[in-house]
Amino acid sequence: MPVALPMVSDHKAITGRMVFAEPAQRLVGDVRGQALTDSTANHASGGEHTRRDFLYIATGAFGAVGAAAVAWPFIDQMNPDASARALASVDVDISSIAEGQSIKVKWRGKPVFIRYRTQEEMDEAKSVPLAELKDPDARNANLPADAPATDENRTVEGREQWIIMVGVCTHFGCIPLGQQGDFGGWFCPCHGSHYDTAGRIRKGPAPENLAIPEFSFLDDNTIRIG
Amino acid sequence: MSADGHSTYTPNTAFERWLDARLPLPRLMYDSFVSYPVPRNLNYTYTFGGILMIMLVAQLITGIVLAMHYTAHSDMAFASVEHIMRDVNYGWLLRYMHAVGGSMFFVAVYIHIFRGLYYGSYKEPREVLWILGVIIFLLMMATSFMGYVLPRGQMSFWGATVITNLFSAIPLVGEAVVTWLWGGYSVDNPTLNRFYSLHYLLPFMIFGVVILHVWALHVTGQTNPTGVSVKSKQDTVPFTPYATVKDTFALILFLIVFAYFVFYHPNYLGHPDNYTQADPLKTPPHIVPEWYFLPYYAILRAVPSKLGGVIAMFGSIAVLFILPWLDTSKVRSAVYRPLYKQFFWVLVIVCILLGWLGSKPPEGGYVIAARICTAYYFFHFLVLLPLLGWFETPTPRPASITEAVLGKAEKGGSVTQPAGAAASPETKA
Repeated sequence: MPVALPMVSDHKAITGRMVFAEPAQRLVGDVRGQALTDSTANHASGGEHTRRDFLYIATGAFGAVGAAAVAWPFIDQMNPDASARALASVDVDISSIAEGQSIKVKWRGKPVFIRYRTQEEMDEAKSVPLAELKDPDARNANLPADAPATDENRTVEGREQWIIMVGVCTHFGCIPLGQQGDFGGWFCPCHGSHYDTAGRIRKGPAPENLAIPEFSFLDDNTIRIG
Repeated sequence: MSADGHSTYTPNTAFERWLDARLPLPRLMYDSFVSYPVPRNLNYTYTFGGILMIMLVAQLITGIVLAMHYTAHSDMAFASVEHIMRDVNYGWLLRYMHAVGGSMFFVAVYIHIFRGLYYGSYKEPREVLWILGVIIFLLMMATSFMGYVLPRGQMSFWGATVITNLFSAIPLVGEAVVTWLWGGYSVDNPTLNRFYSLHYLLPFMIFGVVILHVWALHVTGQTNPTGVSVKSKQDTVPFTPYATVKDTFALILFLIVFAYFVFYHPNYLGHPDNYTQADPLKTPPHIVPEWYFLPYYAILRAVPSKLGGVIAMFGSIAVLFILPWLDTSKVRSAVYRPLYKQFFWVLVIVCILLGWLGSKPPEGGYVIAARICTAYYFFHFLVLLPLLGWFETPTPRPASITEAVLGKAEKGGSVTQPAGAAASPETKA
């Protein structure tokens, strides 16, 4: 149809007004073309905003919001589902762990280290000046985010022998090996991060101390993680 | 799509004429793969584009049939792969073809990329062609990574953990992004399922970009070892039979190597730890990616900061996107660039060294060597290439491809076809 053809053959513009203004000149005599000329000629020559501009923008904006609203379910479906979120906490019996022993328990698909530290390990962790630490924050989910990474803030008062941490290297997520590395704490074999006896990063590429999950002592022998 | 812009296709039958007026697909195929003129001096490094096309199709076919027997569940995936290996008729062959095929795909793509670097295939007017190639390369990397996760062996699991954790380096939203990628708080069943879905999807996206890549190639025409543009008809030969037969011969040689690995060393390019089922509580003592990712892995580990390492690793691919504008030399081919030619081979050696270092533990001298190689890699692209264009004096280039092939004496002579070739080879006695 003659109305559509000029849009294809005309190289000037395919946008907004020009499309309507240009063909109108060629389509003298064509009833539909004439009608377009009448309704669009004045704003094509002048620069003022018209009701038609408003309709274009409003339609476009409405469409964009609608597309975003439709996109969200497709993005959010990839987040943890209800069954994954439901596995939030585990209770662990620690009565069988002797001094100098550690266990690993699975929480949210990740290992959690529970270690009964020796006196020597605790002394060593306490003796480190904060200025020597690569990550000065405690990374303890039970404390405010800005708590300093002292040994006290990495443990629970009165139960300093217990260290409970997510056993996932803060570099790229490998599981560090216990009682290895330059600081007698944990060592990640993947990319060579060394953690001390309080699980604080001391050397290597990992940026943060090993995370301490939310946990509490239900009694002397039981910990609830999560 | 032919380079000189007009078609030589003539429909012979009534049906061909009928179809040509409605959907000129035979014309497109004829102009693209029969009459399409290619430079007469293409060497065997130019056959890898065709080889890659065949490899993509081979991976698609073996992959589609493997999907008929595989179970994408964290508890069953490992057993289903063993089921393919032991119970499914020819399952061992199909799986080895697919796994070795992935490696061979990367062998071919690395030769293809270095061919482009050597002959300046990325230079004006082929920038878009080159960038499409880098996009294909990125899609290939994503596809092969997700494919490697599917057997749910120890390397699958820990490779997936390390690579997805790369995104935790993003400031502020990193942890949320990783949780979103996993669909949980660790690599688990939801992760396996989405990787399976995407592993099936991405090869078809690669196929789509390959079509654009070939389209762009057929707009600008191929480069050639001289880097001199095609100037006349006698600089070229028709794609069929010349390129078709040469590509096929190279493909056969390539498939012999492929078959050697499939039948004699099917696990040589893999890692034995992947025959141990994934254990989320135990990291293998030494995690390495597949061999074709080792150079990037070395770069990742060379930088002593987490975010810095991730930026350097992605940066090593990102420089390829802007390569057409980093190289300031007007001369395409390294053949006529005495300095670039040497630096090219230094880069090749550095990349191989990085690959070797990526397979070593991140300690002592290995880390120092990886840092030197990483620094050199970026120095090559970001400093050397821009400067070389100014300081290097290129050697004289031939006036035309024909002159380069036949020598000056024969220029304008009667020899217009490659020696020994008949004008109509199909009728040659």
